[in-house]
Amino acid sequence: MAEYSLNTPLTDEDLKPLKAGDVVKLTGHIYTARDAAHKRLFDLLDEGKDLPFELQGSVIYYVGPSPAPPGRPIGSAGPTTSYRMDTYAPRLHKLGQKASVGKGKRNDEVKQALKDNIAVYFGATGGAGALLSKCIDEAEVIAFDDLGPEAIRKLTVKDFPLLVINDSHGGELYAKPDRKAAGL
Amino acid sequence: MRTIQAKDIIDAVATMCIRANTELPDDVRTKFEKAMAEEDSPSAKEVLRQLLENADLAMKTKLPLCQDTGLAVFFVEIGEDVAVEGGNIKEAINEGVRKGYGEGFLRKSACDPLTRKNTGDNTPAIIHFDIVPGDKLKIAYMAKGGGAENMSRVTMLAPAQGWEGIKKFVIERVAEAGPNPCPPTIIGIGVGGTFDHAARISKKALLRRLDDTHPDPEIAAMEKEMEDALNKLGIGPMGLGGKTTVLGVKIALEPCHLASLPLAVNVQCHSQRHEEVEL
Repeated sequence: MAEYSLNTPLTDEDLKPLKAGDVVKLTGHIYTARDAAHKRLFDLLDEGKDLPFELQGSVIYYVGPSPAPPGRPIGSAGPTTSYRMDTYAPRLHKLGQKASVGKGKRNDEVKQALKDNIAVYFGATGGAGALLSKCIDEAEVIAFDDLGPEAIRKLTVKDFPLLVINDSHGGELYAKPDRKAAGL
Repeated sequence: MRTIQAKDIIDAVATMCIRANTELPDDVRTKFEKAMAEEDSPSAKEVLRQLLENADLAMKTKLPLCQDTGLAVFFVEIGEDVAVEGGNIKEAINEGVRKGYGEGFLRKSACDPLTRKNTGDNTPAIIHFDIVPGDKLKIAYMAKGGGAENMSRVTMLAPAQGWEGIKKFVIERVAEAGPNPCPPTIIGIGVGGTFDHAARISKKALLRRLDDTHPDPEIAAMEKEMEDALNKLGIGPMGLGGKTTVLGVKIALEPCHLASLPLAVNVQCHSQRHEEVEL
């Protein structure tokens, strides 16, 4: 288990050494997008239009933050469950997205896309939204404002604590459930 | 007949929404601390440490524990001798949700199921009413996040499958859910009634304290057996492996049709955000 400090945008050289279980402190800009925002990103791609942010080297954070109280850049901001974005992730990785941040399992297509495009899937601690918001210095809605919590935000993060769940070599951190020990 | 003002219901509901989302229940905190002491794996310990730090920070800053402040679910016991004045109870609860989710800077997650358009104020709340004897009004609130709720299931077993069938289904469900619902989870199990009723009692069971024991010793033993089996899955905090896959199992059992064995598994995330008030 190694620890890395990385800055966005991410490159192949940044990601190649990462192995499942490594800790990464991420600094720079990351973009929030979840279910409805991903659907709209795909609509834009299908229409041949530009996306609201540069996909090359990007990190997409699957999060729908709670509203920012006065004096804070953002409310609580922990990861949402990632599998709902599995249908979208492979195409976005092919177009240059380098990492996603969420919680929970990814399907085989996403894992293959990570290998094919030298990308990684990071986990952040689910339900630790107040704690994670401490690492977010700025938040600005850059697209789909009408989606409210699901709008795309550009976040400025400093030392955002991440764990490599799926690396670009086929490694995965999640424990396999021991069905036999449980009596199945 | 006792009169309760709708305004008092609105205020009580708003306060519950804010408190439940920002203050980790003491029974959950105690379980986190116990689990942290028992875990061997550094990553399991670290997740639990982060969750405790998160709870301290939420308490201090009034930020929600989790950004998913859930759909607002209520279990209401209304006494037969209670009259609500100045509005009706359902509207008062919804108004309390609007107020609490607005003033507490909680995320509004209610949307149209197909257009996905957000209703903007986290209403309508999901409200289960029970009419009971007496002149009290008891309102229990639960913030039900989507990640854990999506891992829940209802099934209709054959009566012959019995307890063994129930155990298999629940273990397989928790195994399959893996890291998705923010383990260590709390598992509400509803057995009996009808298709819909099993789901309802599985959710209501989640209102119980983690440190309680079911009054029926047989059901208490089933809860213990299920909890031990689920913890042997080794999924661990956030799916990173470890001894703590669930913080507790709560079973509700009720009579059902002689042809049926309805079973519902309601998965709840580790924060178990809920509050109760009696007016």
